[in-house]
Amino acid sequence: MLEVRGLRAGYGAVEVLRGLDMAVAGGEIVAVLGANGVGKTTLNKVLSGVLPAREGEIRFDGARLDGATPAAIVEAGLIHVPEGRRIFPTMNVRENLELGSYRRGRSRRAANLERVFETFPRLRERARQFAGTLSGGEQQMLAIGRGMMAEPRLLILDEPSLGLSPLLVEEMFALIQRLNAEGLPILLVEQNVVQSLEIATRGFILENGTFAMSGPAATLRDDPELRRIYLGL
Amino acid sequence: MFPPALIAEAAVNGLLAGAAYALVALGLTLVYGVLHIVNFAHGALLTCAMFAAWGLHAAFGLDPYLSIPPLAVAFFGLGYALQRWVIGPSSHGDDGNTLLVTLGLSIVLENALLAVFRSDTRSLGGDAGFDVVEVGPMLLSYPRLVGFAVALVTAALLWALLSATDTGRAIRAVAKEKLGAQLVGIDPRHVYAVTFGLGCACLAIAACLLLPTFYVNPRVGNAFVLVAFTIVVLGGMGSIPGALLGGLFVGVVESLGGLFLGDSLGQLGIFVIFILVLLFRPTGLFGPRA
Repeated sequence: MLEVRGLRAGYGAVEVLRGLDMAVAGGEIVAVLGANGVGKTTLNKVLSGVLPAREGEIRFDGARLDGATPAAIVEAGLIHVPEGRRIFPTMNVRENLELGSYRRGRSRRAANLERVFETFPRLRERARQFAGTLSGGEQQMLAIGRGMMAEPRLLILDEPSLGLSPLLVEEMFALIQRLNAEGLPILLVEQNVVQSLEIATRGFILENGTFAMSGPAATLRDDPELRRIYLGL
Repeated sequence: MFPPALIAEAAVNGLLAGAAYALVALGLTLVYGVLHIVNFAHGALLTCAMFAAWGLHAAFGLDPYLSIPPLAVAFFGLGYALQRWVIGPSSHGDDGNTLLVTLGLSIVLENALLAVFRSDTRSLGGDAGFDVVEVGPMLLSYPRLVGFAVALVTAALLWALLSATDTGRAIRAVAKEKLGAQLVGIDPRHVYAVTFGLGCACLAIAACLLLPTFYVNPRVGNAFVLVAFTIVVLGGMGSIPGALLGGLFVGVVESLGGLFLGDSLGQLGIFVIFILVLLFRPTGLFGPRA
């Protein structure tokens, strides 16, 4: 569904992504894992069109998306829930969600809003509250809910567990599994290697702008090298 | 000491005069709040709008109040085009450049007007500007009364647009969280241009309201924009209620200042209050708390 080939990107003289190849097929959860500063967020920025690719190809359902505007990428159904949530702090929860369907899914806005409220009953309770006053976990729910309002065909989640308590992290990963079980392919970009590999179909380990390892999640989980580097085992 | 009725009349007339200031400030604060730039071309664009309204009157005898709808639409289009294809692309995303581009634009516009119209001062002529309405013991200026009503309606429409439409929400979204806005498919270039267009439409409306009581020359806009800058800071940079109330307040201060200190010192009060606000509440009366 999503294919990336030979992707290079960076800022100024610094090349951050040095030739990435990866793919996400329908129904999968694919995890891109790595420590801080290896290029995970840069990859997401390129996928959503905010940062131009310098080289390589991005295809979504066969159509080239590298060089497309962020708006066109949203239009195609590749929806990015960014690191740090990036919700609209001075608007209420409902307005935030409604803006999720600014470009895509506008005609079914009311129905989708109801669906998001069913998934996140907490957001319904807070519908009139300013988004900036929500707790971290609620803000993350809002960011994901806003993404769902655009009827994603593939959802990119950037560090959804960042800054959440261990209990909320559990809940977040359970939610990701549930969304996926409903048929939504997910690209999960995370630092949390253990829990991500538990729910992912396949994983890619990003190190210094290249994929150092990749394969089925179960294989990666048992890889001694990976366990040594990321789990200290 | 002046009789209370005279003071009341001056205060109300000042309130009415403040409406035009409020409209000019509204455009300025909207652009600042969303694009985070100070638009130095605001004064020159106001001058252009006043010349346009004057021209429609001179060529077709069109009443300036009837020029409001066509000029508002035309200046929205002009503002959209300027931001989308001139100011935006030439700034390359650097706010410092934007500042210089708008400054350059104002010089170009002013000198173009100067080349075409010379530095002569023009007015509509006739005595319509002196019509008054009797309200109880007070004599209120008719053009100012109209201006007040139109300014309030404009502010209300702007408020409704920003709070209840997708376009308005997109504007607020880009103002606070540009990346988040892009990720829901909002194009900031379009939003910036729409915002700049709305700012220019406010100027066009203000120009039509000012024309019956004011003169036109190629530098006239600057007088208003200097006061508008004061209002924007006074009300809180980017705050729409701040611009509206700040504008009305400044109108009253100027009018009472004129009454007590003489016309030529009327604006003194504005700047004294401006300095006091900067000293004691630098984020403005309606701005975020520091």
